Amino acid sequence: MPRGRSQQTHHNVNAVPRTLELRGRRGRLLTIFLVAAVLATGGAVWLTSGDEPARFHTQDATIDVAAAPGSPERVQLDVTLYLPERTPAPAVLLPHGFGGDKTSVSRDAGELAERGFVVLTYSARGFGHSTGQISLNDPDYEVADAARLVDHLASLPEVLMDSDGDPRVAVTGASYGGALALMLAGTDRRIDAIAPVITYNDLAQALLPNAATRDDVQAGTPSPGAFGDDGVLKRAWAGTLFAAGLGVPSTSGGTGPDAVEPGDEVDNDDVGTGPASAGASAPAASGGARQPPVAAPQSGTCGRFTQAVCAAYTDVATDGRASDRTVELLRRLSPASVTGDITVPTLLVQGENDTLFGLDQADANARQITEAGGTVSTIWYTGGHDGGGPGPQLRGKIADFLSFHLTGEGEDPGTPFTYDVQGALRANGAPSVRSVQAAAYPGLTSGTTERRAIELAGDEQTVVRPPGGTPAAVSGIPGLNRVVAGSSRLSGLFSVDPPGQSAVFASRPAGSQLLLAGASTVRLRVSADGPVPDGGAVLFAKLYDVSPDGSRTLPGSAIAPIRIPDLPADGSPAEITVTLPGVVRPIEAGHSLQLVVGTTDQAYATPTEPAAFNISLVEGSPLSVPVVPGNTVTSGWPVGQLLGIAGTLLAAALVAVVAALRRKRSHRVDPELAETPMVIEGLTKSYPGGLTAVDDLSFRVEPGQVLGLLGPNGAGKTTTLRMLMGLITPTKGEIRVFGYRVTPGAPVLSRIGSFVEGSGFLPHLSGEANLRLYWQATGRPEEKAHFSEALEIAGLGDAVHRRVRTYSQGMRQRLAIAQAMLGLPELLVLDEPTNGLDPPQIHQMREVLRRYAATGRTVVVSSHLLAEVEQTCTHVVVMHRGRLVASGEVHEIVAAGGEATFRVDNPEAAAEALRAVGGVSGVDIEGTLVHADLDGLARSEAVAALVRAGVSVEQAGPRRRLEDAFLQLVGEGGEGSS
Amino acid sequence: MSKASKPAEENARLDHGVHTDPAALDELTDAASSETTEVGADGAVAGYRASRTLRLGVELRRQLRRRRTQLVLGFVALLPFILVVAFEIGDANPNNRSGGFIDLATASAPNFVVLAMFVSGSFLLPMIVALYFGDTIASESSWSSLKYLLAIPVPRHRLLRQKAITSALLSALTLAVLPVVSLLVGVLWYGAGDAISPTGDSISFGQSVVAILLGTVYIMIQLAWVAGLGLLLSVSTEAPLGAVGGAVLVSILSQILDQITALGDLRDFLPTHFSFAWMDLIATDIDWTEMASGALSAALYATIFGLLAARRFATKDITS
Repeated sequence: MPRGRSQQTHHNVNAVPRTLELRGRRGRLLTIFLVAAVLATGGAVWLTSGDEPARFHTQDATIDVAAAPGSPERVQLDVTLYLPERTPAPAVLLPHGFGGDKTSVSRDAGELAERGFVVLTYSARGFGHSTGQISLNDPDYEVADAARLVDHLASLPEVLMDSDGDPRVAVTGASYGGALALMLAGTDRRIDAIAPVITYNDLAQALLPNAATRDDVQAGTPSPGAFGDDGVLKRAWAGTLFAAGLGVPSTSGGTGPDAVEPGDEVDNDDVGTGPASAGASAPAASGGARQPPVAAPQSGTCGRFTQAVCAAYTDVATDGRASDRTVELLRRLSPASVTGDITVPTLLVQGENDTLFGLDQADANARQITEAGGTVSTIWYTGGHDGGGPGPQLRGKIADFLSFHLTGEGEDPGTPFTYDVQGALRANGAPSVRSVQAAAYPGLTSGTTERRAIELAGDEQTVVRPPGGTPAAVSGIPGLNRVVAGSSRLSGLFSVDPPGQSAVFASRPAGSQLLLAGASTVRLRVSADGPVPDGGAVLFAKLYDVSPDGSRTLPGSAIAPIRIPDLPADGSPAEITVTLPGVVRPIEAGHSLQLVVGTTDQAYATPTEPAAFNISLVEGSPLSVPVVPGNTVTSGWPVGQLLGIAGTLLAAALVAVVAALRRKRSHRVDPELAETPMVIEGLTKSYPGGLTAVDDLSFRVEPGQVLGLLGPNGAGKTTTLRMLMGLITPTKGEIRVFGYRVTPGAPVLSRIGSFVEGSGFLPHLSGEANLRLYWQATGRPEEKAHFSEALEIAGLGDAVHRRVRTYSQGMRQRLAIAQAMLGLPELLVLDEPTNGLDPPQIHQMREVLRRYAATGRTVVVSSHLLAEVEQTCTHVVVMHRGRLVASGEVHEIVAAGGEATFRVDNPEAAAEALRAVGGVSGVDIEGTLVHADLDGLARSEAVAALVRAGVSVEQAGPRRRLEDAFLQLVGEGGEGSS
Repeated sequence: MSKASKPAEENARLDHGVHTDPAALDELTDAASSETTEVGADGAVAGYRASRTLRLGVELRRQLRRRRTQLVLGFVALLPFILVVAFEIGDANPNNRSGGFIDLATASAPNFVVLAMFVSGSFLLPMIVALYFGDTIASESSWSSLKYLLAIPVPRHRLLRQKAITSALLSALTLAVLPVVSLLVGVLWYGAGDAISPTGDSISFGQSVVAILLGTVYIMIQLAWVAGLGLLLSVSTEAPLGAVGGAVLVSILSQILDQITALGDLRDFLPTHFSFAWMDLIATDIDWTEMASGALSAALYATIFGLLAARRFATKDITS
């Protein structure tokens, strides 16, 4: 680019039109408002939860209760009362899990208090800062304590009362706390509702399960346990629990991180943490000033357990079998002993990943409570002692249940049965979860569970238990199974069956998805191969889900231990019904089920003496698989997000409509100017930096004129033309074209053909293609374009088919002028059209412009060359520094009036001589030049007068005012020019 | 100002034989004098209607004839072949039925498509969208052709809209080419078998084709935020590379921040956080939550960026 255009390009980068500032500010406010509206609609649903300040307060206290019934000794219970904003309110008693204390339920308590309940949490005797010894929810001790706490609630003015001494109160709690809820509801009439979570029905069956029975299991519920006598000790769990009572941190009391819920976005990082923190370690975290538990372990092996509990544990742990006395104690400590008296509404929440208290425990509770006249809702969720505590949605459901039954407010939850189905792991490692809801838990009040028969195949197989019971099969690690289940790599490691120890029976691949929900049963025939060991046959049955590629998954890591105490010694078979663990598992199409019966398991007390058994299926009795049809709960649908998307799109549409309406009101016509191609009035363009490119410019162009816009570089010519094209918005003033005000995109611009500051072609296309695409972009009819005429004016010859990239500057220039002429516009605006052309081409161009204007159209040409304007234009507007210097017809301005200029040897003498001539005025000396207004006097006579006065005249001619002025301008402003 | 690049003698050589025939001038003036210009009510010349300017077909032709467009389309179509060659050279086991997406790539055609989309998801696909949208106005600025389009006049909002729609069509076309070619290549090399998920689930070929279709649609929606940002940068700069690079850079930054797990839930606000949510479709029961969140996030970002771009372009002084 030979000439510097730097001035314009420097200053208009961030130009803000000042006249439009008012409108602009309003527009900006509108934009900000709408953006805010979009953010509000979308963001509100995007942000799922915000932390609100706690709307409750707490009171710590110590409550004395009798150490034993009728005993004068006292046990101090450490309690915390959570008081909601509004009282009196119904109360919730919230006992904690085994190994925890009152602080391990503080989150749940806070949530319930926010829901408007008075919540009482406490450390059970033997835990936390409470004194006393652990009796495992003995009716005389822990349950009696809880009744005293209900007494305490009855004395509080903040608690809503049913009658004197009878507060409106519910009990909810997990595991150990859940069992207390059941025990209390069975012994204290004042309890109005309970929601036990992942708890047991029969401690003897939970710790010493036996999944084998001689007869079929009769219950019509989905997950009844066999509850056979003389079970196999769940050694790993029993040890863990006992350790928790010794004051050793354990994993049992709390259930660690929340279980996954439908719609959860689970990060992988929390899977790795496993259940850890909520148990016995919680007191340490709850306040540095606190002392360690007051009641120190009392005897070396019993910790804080009572002698009776300690003796019972010693009994079973030593040889893996329970004495009658122990079984009796465990029964007494179990909810099963009182469920026959529970008549209050009950919500049973049980975990599908729970190798400690499986679904069969909740099933037994449900049956017994229903029989007693209570109403039971059941929820199976993805957590459990292995899978985590209830997540926020489930906690909300529990609170809804309590709220309805304590206040009568809200929708009646009824007695539905909901179970979560944990699907396959998704690509990001998080399992997908959906909830299925059935009208009721089948088999409770009506109906029975639907069962599908699945044929298993496999011959009789001999399995061997090695001496010492090792290597043992591994089905998981109690409390850590969640971690294992979350990783497809790890789960392979944790379902190991040592060779020779297990019999395998497999089904055919499923044709379609089978949603297994509950405990399957199968009949097996077992005989001793060799001598029958002491204690009979101990076997472990598990049901694997086998994918088409052969990888096996043990749903819930659950196994069914079997003891057949009376296995015939003569090798004749015993037929048993095995109740497999209750699980929820979608068996996908193509997957098969595999029943494995092994002799060892690492988590159980496997007998150590060697033995061998023959195991076969009983013909004609296939695997009986429970299914519970229901509707998938659609709350998992991302309704919030969809609403957010709709809101966002609506807001965007609204902005578009508002903008379109604002554009509508901009066309105003001045009918008097309808025939005038261009009128500029008071046009000003200034930039924030302080530079004013065009300053109060006014002029007018009439049809048929060739107007020259003359000025040095930086005079504001190009800026003016850009404003004419609607590319730049003026700061002040306006341009009217044929009476219409020029605004960006004003339709009247279609009557202007323009070439301003360089050509603009697509370099990858030929000249002709460029012109054709340009015309197509106008959307106007092709025959109006006059392509051939325009192309011939460009005169590029064959080069018109070459890519524009290969063109010279002059060729581009000519093509650009041809483009401006497409459609034969009424106003042709050309910026420095001859720049870059050679002299013959310049000559032709002048001819083109003159002839074009002669057709009645108008041409506006800008130039920094006086000669150019003089030779091409009929009219001229001279600009300098954005201001109008002169305007008018070219020859008028070039030779203004009768003024003349003489170049002489003696200017003073000449001036004197001219002044002497009558009528001559305005004599002026400038170097060797003398200017004068001859006023009608012929120049020849003036020369004669000068000669007469003895002045020698070298040159005489019309005075060229324009040139004077212009040269002066160019001299000071044209440094950058070529 | 590219036109200044040729030396004078080069110009002279090129100019040889370029001239206007005097007869041509006569033709022009004849045409001009015989033709009277009719004017519509809004001051426009007869035949001009704003709603007919820069129709999609015209803009598509302008863009499709660009080498850039052709190269991108060609590359995306070639990518599946490159991947196949890579697997052939390497020692992939076609019977591999477990492992990650990469290990499973050769199990079947749908798995191959998933791999192709997975490996291009973090950089290539955002870059394609950034290229079409970031370049669209900025390249016209750099060619100086923008002012002539606006002087037609194509109303500014319409110009932006037509350009955005064209870029969206080209992006959609390019994004669709990848799975389509991958599927064809996959069927030829690995057969139309079931899709195998990393967890061992198998999804029938028909279902997986639907999943791939939905996944492609999701990717298109999710990348709307890149489109909005590209458009905003495109109207803000005259350097096409700056606009494209800027959008890609923001995408990379967002992905880097997404790796920082310490940011926790704040990462949900990163525009790329949900960019791989389409993988949820490769499952037997589909969870739509993340995809819905991704679509919402993209819609919000695209709307905000798009409105800002429209506002900036409507009031901007065009100086290039």
